[in-house]
Amino acid sequence: MGPETKEMQDRELKDESQEMTGASMLIQALARENVEVVFGYPGGANLTTYDEIYRTGMHHVLARHEQGAVHAAEGYARVSGNPGVCIVTSGPGATNVVTGIADAMIDSLPLVVITGQVATNAIGTDAFQEADVIGVTMPITKHNFQAREVEDLPRMIKEAFHIASTGRPGPVLIDMPKDIAAASGIFNYDQPVELPGYQPTVVPNKLQIKKLADALTAAEKPVVLTGAGVLHAGGSDELYEYITKQQIPAASTLLGLGAFPGTHDLSLGMVGMHGTYTANMALHESDLLISIGARFDDRVTGALKHFAPNAKVAHIDIDPAEIGKNIETEIPVVGDAKEALRMLNEYNGTPGDFTKWKEQLAAWQEEYPLWYHEEKDYLKPQHLMEMIYEETKGEAVVTTDVGQHQMWAAQYYKFDRPDSWVTSGGLGTMGFGFPSAIGAQFAAPDRQVVAVLGDAGFQMTAQEMSILQELNLPVKIILVNNASLGMVRQWQELFYDERYSNSIFPIQPDFVKMAEAYNIKGWKIEDPKEMHQALRDALTYDGPVLMDCRVEKEENVYPMIAPGKGHHEMEGIKP
Amino acid sequence: MKRTIVATVNNSSGVMNRITGLFARRQFNIESITVGMTENPDISRMTFVVNVDNERGLDQVIKQLNKQVDVLKVRDITDDSIIERELALVKVVAAPQHRGEISALAEPFRASVVDVGRESITLQVTGDQQKVEALIDLLKPYGIKELARTGITAFKRGPVKSDFETPRYSILN
Repeated sequence: MGPETKEMQDRELKDESQEMTGASMLIQALARENVEVVFGYPGGANLTTYDEIYRTGMHHVLARHEQGAVHAAEGYARVSGNPGVCIVTSGPGATNVVTGIADAMIDSLPLVVITGQVATNAIGTDAFQEADVIGVTMPITKHNFQAREVEDLPRMIKEAFHIASTGRPGPVLIDMPKDIAAASGIFNYDQPVELPGYQPTVVPNKLQIKKLADALTAAEKPVVLTGAGVLHAGGSDELYEYITKQQIPAASTLLGLGAFPGTHDLSLGMVGMHGTYTANMALHESDLLISIGARFDDRVTGALKHFAPNAKVAHIDIDPAEIGKNIETEIPVVGDAKEALRMLNEYNGTPGDFTKWKEQLAAWQEEYPLWYHEEKDYLKPQHLMEMIYEETKGEAVVTTDVGQHQMWAAQYYKFDRPDSWVTSGGLGTMGFGFPSAIGAQFAAPDRQVVAVLGDAGFQMTAQEMSILQELNLPVKIILVNNASLGMVRQWQELFYDERYSNSIFPIQPDFVKMAEAYNIKGWKIEDPKEMHQALRDALTYDGPVLMDCRVEKEENVYPMIAPGKGHHEMEGIKP
Repeated sequence: MKRTIVATVNNSSGVMNRITGLFARRQFNIESITVGMTENPDISRMTFVVNVDNERGLDQVIKQLNKQVDVLKVRDITDDSIIERELALVKVVAAPQHRGEISALAEPFRASVVDVGRESITLQVTGDQQKVEALIDLLKPYGIKELARTGITAFKRGPVKSDFETPRYSILN
């Protein structure tokens, strides 16, 4: 926010009791919510709002497609911990953000999405650029509102920010008809939020905490499973204290990476379909599974009938509906992860002795580490990830799409910080990684942001290179280019007798030229020997960079739990 | 197993849509839904009869309903002492010679004849589901032309016993 903008907003804030338009209320409310930046795209139904953005100088980032705007808002939310804000127009503008809203919903990212709408008297008439956005987004938002009276707006916006950022975070949408944006009313933002139907349980039940602590004392083979709930709660320090004090081995979900340092001795790495052998076997053999802010997604559990057969399950989650949804839970703990961990840390139970268990896990780690065949002539994607890790000293913010490159990044980049990993987990959205890196860069302007992308996913939102060009945003795009839809190709190889239906690209654009068209520095690397130096050059380059890294096309992600199999039935655990 | 669940919800536009959408996408099996305003015009009351396979399914229905911002309170009242009522309108084929018979049949159910046509009569019956279904079964042999049922609406009975049942004695009495 420039000094001019700040001054404008301060001036506006003083005049808040006066009458103003709906659009003006929106901008005022965003300022009151300390929103630093909004991502969006104008159109017919939100012209009044954009006029207000013009007038106030609100910090707005113009995407080149609404999907880019909403994913940027998600990346911003993930790294900053504050709600990402996205403003789009009615009809197609709104439907273009549907993917991002669904992505934020399933990965619990706080978003406030403002959609334009046709004027109230035109709603329901199939008017130009009309879509039933409330109906469309009802199942993929934590809550949504349509403003019918201009005076409702301040309350709705305040409630939207409250709902989006508290409890289990999620996207909230406000549908703002054109006439409401233009109508005048009194702006009152000081009313307290009153939502009797929305009262998340933050502080867990003490008795349940005691049960969990006692179960740990009695356990011989405990394991902690950390999920994104720890990140959303800001509970990494409490988690660190808990795990290190109690000396419990810890596995992580894909989205939970970084909640507990990946380089720590007690870290077992990622669980699930492409998790480490040790992490999966730890769950399978454990007698006490303590899940903290994870929701037992099918990619984590594998076949439910084989899941953690010997374990007593303790589940800490702020969303009571997640407890017992997929896995029978013996010790349910409803509450905020940070709060629960704080209480666990305060509880003075007899510490258990898990030495034997840890020896077993260490033996597995020794015997079955992540592996790949090194080659001289081809660049191995796993090796590329190791180099990125090394060259960024593990300190970069890494974003990805979905697929092979995502799994390799998750396996080989050891996240030590809770705010460094931005990936589309639940929805598995191609086209997420690049725009979310833009949002991440706004949330962390001084950090290195690396977008690790597949060549297919990048092409879904590549137009956002305009933002890098326009703002000289130093995002580093690293294409893990295998000229195919790698994960689809892998499944076709393994489960469809190598019938590669539409997963291998017969032609590809010249990515370097594409970057250059946006005045972005482009590199193409084919020789693995050049990779290290090129990466170093790219990461130290002052400005945006695209690196087209040609990796071995037929490389598969291993180890793997095939569909329908359990954690103990991993394939590809050894070279 | 069949369970009766009641929920109080904000009486705002789209709430019914939120609830039915939730049931559909989570594959909850609903037998009936009724909704109407309560003594407070800002609040509606919904009664669901759901069919669930097990406790866990029931638990999910209640928890997912509770997650909705517009849902204020959810209760499974199946095992409580409750009053449940359903209203059904049944149009039965009734030649003049059968009308007396049908009326006699309706009497123990306290069903009333609310419309008489040339070849049919319409009965209105109110009661719990079993009673309504029993009458419908009895009317089937005559030929049911049309049937409309409201679904169950229910709430808990008021307490019968006084809170101060044991009289308190003092030295004055």
